[in-house]
Amino acid sequence: MVLTRRARWRGLEVSVTESRVGEAIDPRAADLFFIGGGEDRQQRLASEDLQRTKRGALREAVEDGAVVLAVCGGYQLVGHFYRPAEGEDLPGVGLLDLWTEHPGPGTRRLIGNLVIEVEGMRDPLVGFENHGGRTHVGPGARPLGRVLHGFGNNGEDGWEGAVSRHVYGTYLHGPLLPKNPAFADRLTREALGRHDPGVELPPLPDTLEARARDAMLARTGSPASG
Amino acid sequence: MRRAEPVSRAVGPSRKGGHLIGTRLSAAIALGKVTASLSRRLQRGGGTTMPGRVARAVEPRVLMLLSQRLRWGSVIVAGTNGKTTTARLLAHIMEAAGRHPVHNRAGANLAAGIASALVEHADLRGRPMGDIGIFEVDEATVPRVVPAVAPRLIVFTNLFRDQLDRYGEIDHIATLWRSAATALPPDVVLVANADDPLVYDAVRDLPGRLVTYGMEDESHARPALEHTAEARYCYRCGTPYEYALTYFGHMGRYRCPTCGVARPAVDVAARDVALAGPDGSALTIAVADGGRAVRVTTVLPGLYNVYNILAAATAALHLGASLAQVEKGLASFAPAFGRAERVKVAGRELVMLLSKNPAGFNEVLRTVLSGGTLPVVLIAINDNIADGRDVSWLWDVDAEMLASRVARVVVTGTRAEDMAVRLLYAGLSEGAIEVEHDYAGALRSALAQADGGPLFVLPTYTAMLALRDVLRQWGAVGRFWEH
Repeated sequence: MVLTRRARWRGLEVSVTESRVGEAIDPRAADLFFIGGGEDRQQRLASEDLQRTKRGALREAVEDGAVVLAVCGGYQLVGHFYRPAEGEDLPGVGLLDLWTEHPGPGTRRLIGNLVIEVEGMRDPLVGFENHGGRTHVGPGARPLGRVLHGFGNNGEDGWEGAVSRHVYGTYLHGPLLPKNPAFADRLTREALGRHDPGVELPPLPDTLEARARDAMLARTGSPASG
Repeated sequence: MRRAEPVSRAVGPSRKGGHLIGTRLSAAIALGKVTASLSRRLQRGGGTTMPGRVARAVEPRVLMLLSQRLRWGSVIVAGTNGKTTTARLLAHIMEAAGRHPVHNRAGANLAAGIASALVEHADLRGRPMGDIGIFEVDEATVPRVVPAVAPRLIVFTNLFRDQLDRYGEIDHIATLWRSAATALPPDVVLVANADDPLVYDAVRDLPGRLVTYGMEDESHARPALEHTAEARYCYRCGTPYEYALTYFGHMGRYRCPTCGVARPAVDVAARDVALAGPDGSALTIAVADGGRAVRVTTVLPGLYNVYNILAAATAALHLGASLAQVEKGLASFAPAFGRAERVKVAGRELVMLLSKNPAGFNEVLRTVLSGGTLPVVLIAINDNIADGRDVSWLWDVDAEMLASRVARVVVTGTRAEDMAVRLLYAGLSEGAIEVEHDYAGALRSALAQADGGPLFVLPTYTAMLALRDVLRQWGAVGRFWEH
């Protein structure tokens, strides 16, 4: 919704296709794929569906330079696997070199406001995290950013998210894009860059967005724009 | 329909352990009452939970010991939305039926809040000053309260996504309810909203006597599931439900194509529903058994309140009230604080409508906008624990409804900026959005722009308490615990 609004404010045409459970996707039909999260039970449904109907197409799209944004549960499923507290592993689609493990029933969920610093971006990204699983990023991907406030991937190594090629995974939601317009624009630029390398986006005012981000930075005692 | 006979309860102190229990209970009650009075004198809010906590520290079984002395037993109201209004409606109807309900204060719906209500309504010897307990219970607290209170009737209203960061997930709540109810005796009455597949499917095969209610008025049906709908997938087999029609959120006429569970024929139905915008509603309550029906009119607005009315009426009928008493109770009901409560302030009218999750928020928006365009609306969003700390839910609210129908929105609360951004992406211009963190300042500004008409205020739970505090300082309302 945010990407669409911002594109339309700039006079760009956008079409959004929702791919439901059981529906195959066309790797060439979109420049940007978004994978969201769900509750535990839906996560299992999503995992099965990704394996059955979407895995090959997503990999092909990534090879071809498409942008993927995977958030929360979606982030866990673009890795190699998710190991739940109980029950069998849920296989992921392996777009990012990472794996996630739930440390067992009774362990605390990582919940709260999350602020991270991303290399090459002036403003920190702000949002909310709520996950039981701990994610570990392998050498084939790099973390998206350094945690300034909150837990991040696993609450231990100080990193949050993962990125490789144009595939982004993160626990940041709350939601992610409205309060981090520069990140939304980065995704849009990379998606358009598939056809039009070096594309420039006309600036938007982003006044209210910046206020919302600054309010969160002030609340969490994080340094403002770096 | 066979009426459940009142369960006779032991009156007087438990024989087992006799005198000692009586003494300890008396001490617990005395200390609880002192705590309540102190907490009020120290302006520590309404003392709605501390007395219960203190009393339970002295006598851990205070909930059980006091509730079992209520002559007509206890009733529990559980669900995401509508608990407070349903419980208050039910208490009001039961008063019309000659009972003397003991009920917990709005929002004080954990075990301590219920214990507080019982302590306050008991004398020092543990004799209750009422004869029926009507308690709204936080959906995740149901497993702790059910064994202690041994309810004779439980109302399950609905399950919506709310405060996910507190409870994890809706399926989990449904499972908690099932585990809480499996040990219930067979004479317990389970009143369930049959239009909510998650509720109905979770309770339909539990022990106890199932009584269902639902809407039966297709003129209020909506063509598609809104995007706040969470019950897309069958609670048991994971297949997406098929809907013939929906009323709001995921309430409607559903069917699971795989396991066949479907919205059943209901025992009590709402027919010929006439919504009068924010001013109230009228409907016919029809009882399947015997074909009896009554036309009722209330000041409660919106379809979501029709469900609250149905829930309360169905429960009341199974607690011995007559249809005439239901009608009388509904007609004379005044809303709970913050739930469509009307307040006079500075010569203007203000209507406060609690809006704490997407489904509720959407219904409130639909209701306030059904009267035509408005000059201003005040929205107050907090992210305290009682509100839910994660405000992503704002993006599941159909705020687009506001874009062409209000001239200006004043936003306040700890997450005022998040709401402002949400409104911007909903299509409001930046100039139409006013961020004012100070509650009094926001109220003053919105009232000044209300242009003679009523000002609609849409707050989350703790934002409502804060706004109410301002109104109290202005002398417009009393303290919430006096309400």
